[in-house]
Order: sequence, then structure tokens, then C-alpha cells
Amino acid sequence: MCGIVGLFLKDTSLEADLGRMLSEMLVTMTDRGPDSAGIAVYNAHQEGQAKITVQADHPQTDFDGLEKKLGKAIGASVKMDVRDTHAVLIVPQASLNAAMAELRQLDPLIRIMGHGESIEIYKEVGLPETVVSRFDIVKMTGTHGIGHTRMATESAVTTMGAHPFNTGSDQCLVHNGSLSNHNSLRRKLRRENIRIETDNDTEVAAAYLTWKLQNGSSLGEALESSLHDLDGFFTFVVGTKDGFGVVRDPIACKPAVMAETESYVAFGSEYRALVNLPNIEQAQVWEPEPATVYFWNH
Amino acid sequence: MEKLDLQALGLRALNEKLQKQTDETNQKDWEIINPRGSHAIAVGVDAPINVTVRGSTGYYCGGMNKQAHIHVDGSAGPGVAENMMSGIITIEGDASQYAGATGHGGTLVIRGNAASRCGISMKGIDIVVHGNIGHMSAFMAQSGNLVVCGDAGDALGDSIYEARLFVRGSVKSLGADCIEKEMRPKHLEILRGLLEKGECDAKPEEFKRYGSARQLYNFKIDNAY
Repeated sequence: MCGIVGLFLKDTSLEADLGRMLSEMLVTMTDRGPDSAGIAVYNAHQEGQAKITVQADHPQTDFDGLEKKLGKAIGASVKMDVRDTHAVLIVPQASLNAAMAELRQLDPLIRIMGHGESIEIYKEVGLPETVVSRFDIVKMTGTHGIGHTRMATESAVTTMGAHPFNTGSDQCLVHNGSLSNHNSLRRKLRRENIRIETDNDTEVAAAYLTWKLQNGSSLGEALESSLHDLDGFFTFVVGTKDGFGVVRDPIACKPAVMAETESYVAFGSEYRALVNLPNIEQAQVWEPEPATVYFWNH
Repeated sequence: MEKLDLQALGLRALNEKLQKQTDETNQKDWEIINPRGSHAIAVGVDAPINVTVRGSTGYYCGGMNKQAHIHVDGSAGPGVAENMMSGIITIEGDASQYAGATGHGGTLVIRGNAASRCGISMKGIDIVVHGNIGHMSAFMAQSGNLVVCGDAGDALGDSIYEARLFVRGSVKSLGADCIEKEMRPKHLEILRGLLEKGECDAKPEEFKRYGSARQLYNFKIDNAY
């Protein structure tokens, strides 16, 4: 199974409630997947600054002095905001690549969850309710966000196997389904020097999109070609800096419901996830068509 | 009219109340409020009662229904009326995938659109859809009637046995062994009755009939054991 929720706000007055609404939606989907949960939130950024969300097993010691260590290594000022096992590092945009390279060499192990101008990704093993409260997602503000709760099938229940997966700057992917050609595709992508860290099938889909984007495809084109190159079942929701997209495989057995009003566009694996949204009774509610790419942008 | 609040009562207690009703019940009319997309609402009912659900439902609403008239005043999630035996289920809005799957009897009316796999493996149920249906509908359909006033998606009636399919609009593609067939007077009569039952104002003459060409492996007597 697995549960997906997504919320894209058109009405800026709702931005203060994004974290609360997204958290409620995700918790409703708990019985679709109790193994791990994650949320990507897009919120305000400062011009010229980039964010890197990192995770550590022992945050108290591993994050201690991390911003200073990193700042010294890249020769720039770094700010850090710690939330439970995750921390958001704010670095100058120009130093983003250097900072990521440096973080990958640090000991103890610091794992990069995501990077970009406005994206923050929080994910851990456990029920959505627990994960949401550990990171205090309810209080987060933002323009849009995506959540996922996982019932693991293709790889172990670990933090790195949790969704969303970062696919490129300010981009992320969540997946309901299972891919059957992920092993061969992983080998192919590694030969193309695409970084893949786990045995997870969705990470391969994310890496596939990254590879397509690096080779000049737009995200829409990359999603279109995923319909040909990925074998298996999938409902994907992708987050971008300006909005989010949805695509289902041609068989479309993994459920998906969308709702749109003047104030928002929402996605849920089931209608249950949407029932608390404002004016849902007046919303246009429909199922996205199979093998069709949908996008909403600010 | 007895009103049941699903959120206050809980699903098990609500379904138990409905399942306790018998042929002799005096409590004929039931209303369910606050469904909020919950699963398995009003499954396994076996009594001549009227149940109205005020709002949209989740998976498997009205599954295994016998005799009851169930009206969903909203849209229905996957597997509505799955394995229905008799009675009538009406969906005011849209129905998600595999509506009426494996249904043995009764009538399912969908006033909006139905998604993929509508009437998959149907075994005698009548399904009337006012709008369109998605791909792989009536897959391995064995018996009963599927009426579609709008368009049908890809692979309609793949590996179909003896069910009748009536489509007014376009068919994106036919599945294996499904062909268009002649609409004879008796089919027009059957269709007229189904359209009346489904409260459609369409005319039977506007429809085309599809069914099995009976050419697949299982239809060849030489393959029988």
C-alpha cells in the first residue's frame, strides 16, 4: 500500500496552516503504511541562500558545532536549525555544492535528505503521528508540501528508505507502488555516475528523474519518459520549487484522489485524507487519469 | 427514518445495526451521516431497507449487498457494490476503480463517471453508468449487463464470457476477444428496461452492443479436459 498526501496552496492566507493541514492529512493515511513517514515542505527562502536538510543517528553529538565546522571548510557563514534527528543548514547558494561535498566526507556520518532554495525534508521510521510530532511539522508554514507514509515492500525499513526522496535542487518524489526493474536500472544509472545509496526501488525512480533532468529534460518530460522506462506499479507525486506534479502508471491500480478549490489543490491516496480541508464539500474532486502527467505551478 | 452518525457510532456498531435487519423489519429507512470517506460502509446488509449515505464513501461501500437500496449522496471509493447479490446501489457522484466487481445480481447505478475496471468479473449484476468508464472495464465479465451512456476506456471487455456491454459513446479500444455485435430487438428491449431502472433519458437506439467473439482458448472444445 503506502499513503500519499499533497497540498498546494493558491490562497496565501492558508500558508500559516500548511504544516497543520498536511500533518492531519498524513495521519489519516496511517493504516496505509505504518513503517516510516516523511514530509517535504516548501517555505520562504532568503535570496542567495540555499538549504540542506541533513540527518544524523546521534544528533546531540553529531550536530554539535556542525555549522562552524562546515562554515570553516567552505569559507562562508552557515546557520543551523536542529529538529530532532534532522537539521537544516543554510549556506550561501554559491557554496551549495562545496557544502554538500564536504558533508559527505564528514565523520560521523551525516546523511543529506534534501537540498534547494526552499525545500526541507523530514523523514524517519515510525508512525506518521510520531514522525510529525518529532519534527513539529504542525507549526510549519509554507506554500506547498508532500507527505508519505510507507508500507515497505522492496527494501528495509530505514530512514534512508523512507520517502520523500530528493531528486535534484528543490525537487522530491514520493511513490505508492513497487518497481520491478529497479535493479537493472540502478546498475545503469550508477554507470552514468548517478548517486544511489540504498536498495530501495523509489530511490531508483528518483535517481532516474535526476539523470533525465541532468541530460536536459524538463520535469514534465522526465515524468513522461518514466512511463516508458519504469516497469511496475506507481502513483508518483513530485514536488518542485513552484508546485507539484502527479503521474500514475498506465494500469493505475494505486489509488489517487485530487481536489481543487479556489484556495488549494490537494492530493490524497484516499478521499479520507481530504475530508478536513476547508470547503471540501464545494471542491471539484476527481481521480487523475492513468499515464497522464499533471502539474500545478505558482 | 433512523439516523446513524458514523463518527459517533463507529463502523462496526453501525454495520451491525444494519446487518441485524431482517425481511420483517419495520425500520425501513436509514440515514448515515458523517461518512467522511470511511471504508466498508453498509456491507453485508440482507434486508429490504433503504439506506442513504450523506457524503462520500471509501473502499467497498455496500459490498455483498442483498435486497437493500443503498444511495450514496456523494462519490464512492474503490470496490463499491463489490460482490453484490441483489438490491440497488445508486451513486450520485463518481465511482472509483472496480465498481460492481464480481457482482452476482442487483443493480448498480452510477450517475457520474466510473474509473478503471468497472464491472470486472461481473457475474450477473446490472451496472448503469450515466457518464464514462475507465480502462479494463468488464474484464472477464461472465454474465449481466453493463450500460455506459458516455465513453469507455481502453481494453473494454477483455477476455469476456457472456455479459452484454452497451456503450452510447466511443470505445477507446476493445480488449482481447471482445467485438461489436448486432443490436437485435431483444437487446433493445433489455436495454430499454435497464435505462429506465437507471433513470437515464438516453434512447436504446443510440447504443452499440459489445460482447464475446468466443474465440479464446477456453471456448475451443478441443481444449476441454
